Amino acid sequence: MTIVEAATFRIVGHSLRRQAMELVVQALIYLAALVAISLILLIFVFVGRQALPVLISPAVHEEVTLGELFLPQEYGTSEVPLRYVWQPVSVDPKYSLMPLFLGTLKVTLVAMLLATPLAILAAIYTTEFAPGWLRETIKPVVEMLAGIPSVVLGFFALIVLATWMQERFGFDYRLNAITAGVALALAVLPILYTVAEDALGAVPRSYRQAALALGASPWQTAWTVVLPSALPGVFAGVVLGFGRAIGETMIVLMASGNAAITSWEFAEPVRTLSATIAAELAEVVFGSPHYHVLFFIGLLLFAVTFVLNWTGARLVDRLRRRLAGVER
Amino acid sequence: MNSTTSTRDFPLLKVQVSDRASVAAPVTDPKVTVESLTVRYGRRVAVDAVTLPIYRNLITAIIGPSGCGKSSLLRALNRMNDTIAGVQTSGRVLLDGQDIYTPGCDVIALRRRVGMVFQQPNPFPKSIYDNVAFGLRINGLVHSKAELDERVERALRQAALWDEVKDRLDRSALQLSGGEQQRLCIARALAVEPEVLLMDEPASALDPISTAKIEELMFTLKQHYTIVIVTHNMQQAARVSDFTAFLLSGALVEFNPTPQLFTNPADPRTEAYITGRFG
Repeated sequence: MTIVEAATFRIVGHSLRRQAMELVVQALIYLAALVAISLILLIFVFVGRQALPVLISPAVHEEVTLGELFLPQEYGTSEVPLRYVWQPVSVDPKYSLMPLFLGTLKVTLVAMLLATPLAILAAIYTTEFAPGWLRETIKPVVEMLAGIPSVVLGFFALIVLATWMQERFGFDYRLNAITAGVALALAVLPILYTVAEDALGAVPRSYRQAALALGASPWQTAWTVVLPSALPGVFAGVVLGFGRAIGETMIVLMASGNAAITSWEFAEPVRTLSATIAAELAEVVFGSPHYHVLFFIGLLLFAVTFVLNWTGARLVDRLRRRLAGVER
Repeated sequence: MNSTTSTRDFPLLKVQVSDRASVAAPVTDPKVTVESLTVRYGRRVAVDAVTLPIYRNLITAIIGPSGCGKSSLLRALNRMNDTIAGVQTSGRVLLDGQDIYTPGCDVIALRRRVGMVFQQPNPFPKSIYDNVAFGLRINGLVHSKAELDERVERALRQAALWDEVKDRLDRSALQLSGGEQQRLCIARALAVEPEVLLMDEPASALDPISTAKIEELMFTLKQHYTIVIVTHNMQQAARVSDFTAFLLSGALVEFNPTPQLFTNPADPRTEAYITGRFG
């Protein structure tokens, strides 16, 4: 073999081995992605199968129909009409989901109304005003807040926050939608903050320079130029936080009082969809109508978060395209 | 080359010095006076004790090799250096006789009087209209929609952009070409009616046609504004400016009327630079 031949052989052999390695690694990555996706699909299929009888099974329909889940019923007396009642364990089981929807909505609303402005303002402060060392401190600390197990937050809300809030605001009930919402805000805040901070930090320096050079104050610059430019990212954070708030279970289970009351009063105990599943699934008779309804609730939660995330992503995309000038 | 011809007989640089340069006008009263201005980034000296007059309604060019401190000098004139951490400035910059570095000077009001156009076009991701209206709105300079419309139109006309964009004012500014974006940035700066316009290599990111448009624009603008332009392009400085300052390692080497600086420089280092021996 000549030297040239030997060199060619080595190069060819080498590149073949490299190509083989490349293929193996590619296959592994592909497999990992496949496993992750099929697991999610399988969970979805499982929940769907357990929820399906609510829609089609005559045995389940003897105890609860779809109408009962969503439409007003006549449970009370003519003097005290009760239209929506969740009382699945009773001689005459009542399965209205309205109190649970309302409870979820109230707690989530309180949490988002509190966490959104707080997180956005905090993010503006760290990116626009805080000196470097402070920014480097605040960000990891807030991100650490995201690492607190929600059971600890729930515990804190149950023992400390609820008492303090009741003394401060004079609530009739120690555990209520507002207290649970405040605790939930603590869980949502770090997500919102982190995403918003990243989005604000990614706004080009040249925008800030242009605004400042036009005589804008730093606050005007942040509010009229930086925040609007970062809006798609900030909005994505809000959507993410909303999804987390709706699905969050432990905090609301511990701090909301868990009474399935149908009212718009925020200072009353509430029960959320997620907390209902957590509280009741462990004790339900396997295969009973109640069991299937709980899975149906799970499916609804799944659907709500899915629709929310999807709409959110589309909105973010539209905002982004509008900013980039692709469409008006 | 004929050996009997001395180099002095030629313009040092093969450029046409602007015949529109208005140095003949009496220039006794500078709009801005820079007095022993020193700018430091930490321990590095970017601008070293520069003293320089900037005359009213004329174009002053600052030239010099990369890193000579010309941008730092420019940014000292509207205190944009303040936005960079670790910058220290000493010396005085007098705007109409008032030192802009005295404590208590209103930086925001200063930046309204001394506008700036940057090297890279940097329109906001807003509509064309909102870009021009930005300075007017945040400074509360207009009181009605009609007045705002009028001032936006005037600024766009001044920047020679009105005819190109008048039918798409509500479109995103990011859809414009680079040259249009830069003229939009000029319009945005002009809208608040500054007295001085600072331009930091305004054409370096643009094609020759856009560059020519910007230069043409500068001639018309100097009737109303005092312009300072930083450029690494000597031909450009020679074409547009009335006075030229040559900076080297942060220090001012020469400041003279542009025709004189380019045809008969007083300092050998200026001659070396403009004939392309370094830089």
